This record gives sequence, structure tokens and C-alpha cells, in this order.
Amino acid sequence: MASGSEWRRETTDGMREESQMHGPANGHGPAHDPPQGRSQGDAALLLLADSRLPAGGHAHSGGAEEAVRLGTITGPEDLARFLRGRLATAGLVTAALAAAACELGTTTAGRPRHRHHPSADGSGGAHSPPAESAEGDDEQIGLWRRLDAETDARTASPAQREASRTQGRLLLRTARRMWPSPILDTLGRAVPEGPHHSVALGAAAASAGCDPYQAALAAAYNSVTGPATAAVRLLGLDPVTVHRLLADLAPALNDAAHAACASLIDAVVMDLDPAAVDPLAVDPLTDDPLAGDPLAGDPPATGSLATGPLGEPQAVGLAGREPVGAGETDGVPPDGPDDGSPPWRGRAWPALPGHAAPALDLLAEGHHNNTMKLFVS
Amino acid sequence: MGAHHDDLHDAAEPEGRALRLGIGGPVGSGKTALVAALCRSLGPSMRLGVVTNDIYTTEDADFLRRTGVIDPERILAVQTGCCPHTAIRDDIAANLDAVETLEERFGPLDMVIVESGGDNLTATFSRGLADRQIFVLDVSGGDKVPRKGGPGVTTADLLVVNKTDLAPMVGADLTVMSRDAAAVREGRPVLFTSIREDRDAHSVAEWVMNIVSSWQYQHGRPGHPHTPPARSYGRDEGGQDHGHEHAAPTATP
Repeated sequence: MASGSEWRRETTDGMREESQMHGPANGHGPAHDPPQGRSQGDAALLLLADSRLPAGGHAHSGGAEEAVRLGTITGPEDLARFLRGRLATAGLVTAALAAAACELGTTTAGRPRHRHHPSADGSGGAHSPPAESAEGDDEQIGLWRRLDAETDARTASPAQREASRTQGRLLLRTARRMWPSPILDTLGRAVPEGPHHSVALGAAAASAGCDPYQAALAAAYNSVTGPATAAVRLLGLDPVTVHRLLADLAPALNDAAHAACASLIDAVVMDLDPAAVDPLAVDPLTDDPLAGDPLAGDPPATGSLATGPLGEPQAVGLAGREPVGAGETDGVPPDGPDDGSPPWRGRAWPALPGHAAPALDLLAEGHHNNTMKLFVS
Repeated sequence: MGAHHDDLHDAAEPEGRALRLGIGGPVGSGKTALVAALCRSLGPSMRLGVVTNDIYTTEDADFLRRTGVIDPERILAVQTGCCPHTAIRDDIAANLDAVETLEERFGPLDMVIVESGGDNLTATFSRGLADRQIFVLDVSGGDKVPRKGGPGVTTADLLVVNKTDLAPMVGADLTVMSRDAAAVREGRPVLFTSIREDRDAHSVAEWVMNIVSSWQYQHGRPGHPHTPPARSYGRDEGGQDHGHEHAAPTATP
């Protein structure tokens, strides 16, 4: 246990230790050990959350522009309520998905896998699809698509889905140059039209060496700072007043990130335990039941949890649990490849938070249909 | 980045791709009119795409589409969230995405024009977005504007002073503007136009044709990566089949 990390709640420590175990996810950074209780992702988190990150976020208002147009937001009081509501719904959901994406990226990054051949897709023009991908790749692509579909399922408004994919595509483009890594390459191949913003954010966080808590925190932070800045621009609000609102929200941002990680840990624990999977859960891509066939929707993945999703079991309250794949658990194919993710990977993602915000959906649709606008969403 | 050959999202290397021409300048100076003029005069000989950065509406994109000087599909509009300069300078992701989308859909292209939203004198294009840039002023903004400088006026590859026909009416002295611009631009070219009177903006079009030619001479003609153009202007004179459609079937001078 990281003894110096009392300032974070227990739930995040596992995530933190896990990411430290893996080292920089991009595989070529220096493997500095951060001081106890600090993460190598701390500075990267600042970059990722900075509104100056050149990833197109400045042009999105998160529904604030339409809310201003409709008179729902007229001043700081309205804005505070709007931000609080947004954080409690869309903010928490996007934080959990970003944490899940970061966890997925981090745990798959350290694993050796077949690299695709640069000549297959490097010289044939910028937009020719890769000629081939290895099996490990296919499996990871499947996981990324499924997580992306989980995001789809949580985003009712088509306009909001489109805005999220636009932001995700732009963030992925930027992150691939800032923190080049196989994680982002795989995600780009998995969702060529652009992954959802939360998924791209989590993958970028993993590539930057952040842990899932940090990814969740960045997502929660983004979910309120974008609309807040938009309101400053649209209504001419006092920027200091608005930043005071954000400062007041800081504890809630921490709480949202913790809650997101707690839900992710629940989901990962469920992943490890076939019996715990909701019998009604279905694969969001195929609508196939997940519980019936342990391999539904996923090729048999690969094995060892020695570098599993949560690192040392005791770090996350998995004490006493046999690591799946090291020994055999019911339903786990004994002869899977030895370098992949566990076969239950992602099966419990449906249990991640899915708070709906109909008002935000309506705002997004209204904004989409309005031709007079300054922001993309 | 060299190790990541599979990265599809890098800022594109210049080899074999379209020249990206930024056109910036204050609101109302004639940026959109210049884009239309360039499409009109260059469209028959070049494969073009246009990205507009509208402030509040899709006014500019719609205007261009209505002019019929370019296939409407080849125009993409980017929204800039109150900050037109941010979208061309500090956070160019959305514009790059639009440029590459055009190249993907219609490529290979010879030139993609990125028109900025109307902004102030400090607005310039990031080098990550535009290979060359034109800054457009108009005389009705006052003949002191070139003297005031700013990165757009001083560093743009070409300064265009538009609406010269209005000079007598607004009391602008073109000689003063020319002298002041020369003083701050260290020899970079300045062209005076009146796009209302010269709908093809001939002088600007000629300048653009030259930079596209030298771009292609240096980096290869898009779609012909291994055969840099031998002719000095690198233009398709109509005799060769380059497998592309002309962008402006309805162009009328």
C-alpha cells in the first residue's frame, strides 16, 4: 500500500499502485519512481485537464449556450445549479467511463502483443486501413469498441453523441502526438470515426501515465469547466465569480472521481467473478447475453492476471481472491494465449454509472437545431 | 514520432499533399469575397477545398455555396466557440480535422483554403495549420491600419488591401498605406485590390498560383508523389488526365 497516500481515499490506491506497477504506458518514457503518495501522472493530469490543451474543447459549451439562449442560465446562481446538476449526471458518467478507459488502456499496454507492421499502413497513404492486425489487436479493438458502445448507450441525445465523438476524435488526434502509444493507436483503429470523448480521455490519460482516478478527475473537471467558460463568454459574467463557483465545486469533483473509481472497482471485481455478472446483461454491440457464454462477444482472451487490472489484489480489497488465469477459475479456458486480458474483461461495464440527464439531452438537441450559434455543442 | 508509422493523425508531412492557405483579417475586410474570387479564378485549374471558420452562423460557408464557384460539398464550416483566433492559432484541432476530412473525401487536392473568422490585427494562423497565409485589410478600416502592424499585417506571406474603390469615399490614402505596409513588412508583398471590380482578384490569384507551383515543385504534386512537376507552374493545362473533377462547373468570370 502506498503509505503516503492517505490524502486519497482507499478506493483510488489500487488504481494508483497499478499504474505505478506498469510504468509509463507509452513504453518509452523514463521509469522514474515518483515520491510516495505521488503519481507520475500528476503533471500529465494538469496538461490533460488544462483548457489550453489543443484538442478542440474550447468550442464546446456542454449545453450552456442553449441554456443561455433559453434563459435557463442568466447569472452565477443559475450557472451554479447547472454545473452541479451536470456534474452529478453527465459528469459522473463520463468520469466512470474515462476511468474504465484508462484502466483498460493501462492494463493492456504493458502486455506484449503482436505489433502490426509499419510498412503495412505507414506508406500506403494516410487513410488506407491497416492491412492486417494481430489477434491480440483484434481483441483489444473489440474491448475498446465495447467500451465506446457503453458510452453510446449512456448518451441519449444524438446531437450529444455526435459532439462527444467530435471531441473524442480531436482529443485522440492531439494525444497521439503528445503521448504516442499503442493504446491510442489501437483505439484509433477500433473507432476510426472518433471514439467518445470519455473513452479518448481515459486512453489519453493511460498513455500519459495517469491512473484511472486521475482520468476520472480530469473528466469530471472538464464536464464543468467547459460550460463555465462558455457562460463567461456568452453572458459576460465576472470570471472570478465563476471560478469561485468552480472552487466551491472542487470537493464534489473529488467525490465524483472517487465514486467513478469505486464503481469501476466494483465492475472489475465483477469481471473477475463469473458468478457475479448480471444474468440480464447484454453485450452492447451485439445484444448477446453476456452471462450465458463466458466468451460471448469476445474472443477468448488471454490469460494471466499477474499484471492484471488491479495490480496486487490486496491493494484493492481483493485479498484472498485467486488471481484469475494464474490458477483456473470456472469457465476460464485453460489454454488461452498467455499475454492478453482476462476473458471476463469488460463484462461488468454495463454496471458503471448511467445517470441520465434529460435536460442536457434536450439542450443538446435544441442547440443542434439552432443555426445561430457560437459553439459546436 | 518517426517510430509511429501507423499514426494517422500527425500533422501531415508536406510531401505530396495540398498546400494549406490561411486567409485571415478583420471582419468585413473581404476574406470570403477573396476566397470566392480565388475559387473562381483557380477552380478550373486546381483541385480545391475550403474550410470556413464562421463566427455565429454558417453565413460564410452559405455565401460561398451560393456563389456556385465551388462544389458545395467541398466547403466545410468549423465553429469556434466565440474565439476565432483560438481555432486557427492555439487550438487548431478542429480545423486540421476539417482539412483532412476534405482531403480524405476529395483528395488529392492541390490547395485547401482555410478562411478564419473575422478577428483583430493579432490573429495569425498556426504553422501547424497553414503553410502560407494571406492577411486581408480594407481601406475603409482607415489608412492607419498598416502602420499599427500586428502579426497579421507584418508577418503574413501576402498582405491584401481590399476595397480600393472606396478609398476616395473614406478619405484613405493608398500611398500612405503602401508606404506603411512596406515599412513593417520587410519586403513581403502587398497587393491592392477591389474585388468588387475585379471579381477574379487576378493579382492575388497569380500570387497564389505561384506559391502552389513552388510548393508542388518542392513537395511533389498531390497524387503524383514520385513525379515532381517539371513545368515551372506545375499546372494541369487540361492536356493530362489526373483523374480529378474540376471543382467549379458553373464558374463564370
